[in-house]
Amino acid sequence: MPTLEGMVPFRARGFAPRDIPAASVGTLIGLLALWQAAASFGWISTAFTSDPFSIGRALWILARSGQLWVNLWASLQRLAIGWVVGTVAGLALGLVVGLFTVARSPGMAVVSALFPVPKIALVPLFIIWFGIGEGSKVATLAFGVFFPTVINVVAGIDGVPRSLIRMGQAFNMSWRSIVLKIVLPGALPVILSGFRITTSTAIILLVAAEMIGAEKGIGAFVLEAGNLYDIDNLLAGLVLLSVIGLVVSWVLGRLERALLAWR
Amino acid sequence: MSASAVRLTARGVTHAFHALTVLEGVDLDAAPGEVTVVIGPSGCGKSTLLGILGGLLAPAAGEVRLAGAAGGECLNPITYVFQDASLLPWRSVAGNVSLVLEDTPLPASERPARIAEVLAQTKLSDFAAAWPKQLSGGMRQRVGIARALAVRPAVLLMDEPLSALDAQSRALLLDDFAALIARASVTCVYVTHNLAEAALLGQTIVVLSRRPGKVRAVRRIEQPIEGRHPEDPRLLEVQAELWELIRDDAAKAEREIAGADA
Repeated sequence: MPTLEGMVPFRARGFAPRDIPAASVGTLIGLLALWQAAASFGWISTAFTSDPFSIGRALWILARSGQLWVNLWASLQRLAIGWVVGTVAGLALGLVVGLFTVARSPGMAVVSALFPVPKIALVPLFIIWFGIGEGSKVATLAFGVFFPTVINVVAGIDGVPRSLIRMGQAFNMSWRSIVLKIVLPGALPVILSGFRITTSTAIILLVAAEMIGAEKGIGAFVLEAGNLYDIDNLLAGLVLLSVIGLVVSWVLGRLERALLAWR
Repeated sequence: MSASAVRLTARGVTHAFHALTVLEGVDLDAAPGEVTVVIGPSGCGKSTLLGILGGLLAPAAGEVRLAGAAGGECLNPITYVFQDASLLPWRSVAGNVSLVLEDTPLPASERPARIAEVLAQTKLSDFAAAWPKQLSGGMRQRVGIARALAVRPAVLLMDEPLSALDAQSRALLLDDFAALIARASVTCVYVTHNLAEAALLGQTIVVLSRRPGKVRAVRRIEQPIEGRHPEDPRLLEVQAELWELIRDDAAKAEREIAGADA
């Protein structure tokens, strides 16, 4: 039998990851510095890529000429309208499917059948239906946002503990009050985390739709820069998309902190 | 608060979950203003019976009736205190109490006073703004009872409200429950598997058999609830009697559960 002697070792280290905001910023700055150094010292060929200073200069020129704002505004409008339309429609159908037996099976059958269809493949169809203008682009985004929103709303409603709903019924709360005061707040964490997925999906579809048929917008700008072999502007467009993603993520984070302070 | 004059009566209550019959022909009389305790071994259908008494489950057979006049202030005649308190985590303590008043005829202007009153009764005045996650299990149950008292119930149904608590919290809360129930003078049905709780709170004790639950015995304790003491020899004697009644069934139920787990 082994002899046991000495201090009991602490064994509960790890499995508790935490955010260090300075590390996030430091990592991004470090990567940019490394990239700049690699380009400046000739470790990477600038014929096929660019460097942060050149991209910054391209962004500055685009901002000064007004081209950046025109393209950014066009994209942000499409993103906002498409996301809001898809989200509102998804919330509405998700609530109906999540709350009513009569809608659940038919609703989920339709959602399950259409959700896996790659939305980019629908862009040509939407161009035929809605024309080459804004309609087809907004429809592509809305369609892509709609299905994951429905699925998240239903999952959120299903995840509300039945005991809380029973409590509401035991206190004779009205159906409307149970939905507004118990079901929706209970489903909110899942719905909000779904927003992170749908905003990312919307940005991907925005670029795809703009590449297929648009004169303005970051997607169209990136495609044009690629065709002209203008790598500085191409990467400047990608930086803009990344910034949009970061801003959206920050806004959603603030929204979660404001609405889910109880967690 | 005036004493509840409402009697709750169950006749021939039978219930099954698919092929599994959990209650069979249960009769129960909860006398106005009294505490009726339902005890029995694990899985005998105590909580199911309470759900049926409260209209949260439809019995397969039998009926539950109310008779008598609820007080003029009664906002929800049949009210629950749940095993897990069932508090909304996104509402404060005061918000959870307010929730059950918001759909009632009580004017909004009178709500704060009502909330303050029941929080004071349950010793929660200092925690009105706290989130449920900041409370201990015992305090969460206090919120559950504050919420129930706020609607001035005629019938109070309590589903093992102390079962998830540690022994100290249970002892403290049991004393408070006894005082609150006696003061509120409601018709109360209290489900528990704890014989000490049954002896301390019950005026009528209904003993259910192992599944399917049937009424095995009904025991009366005439001593007033307030002033009962856990070490009182008469109550210890009642506990011993109750244990005799359910011991064999409890052992069989344990073996059944162990067999199902194996």
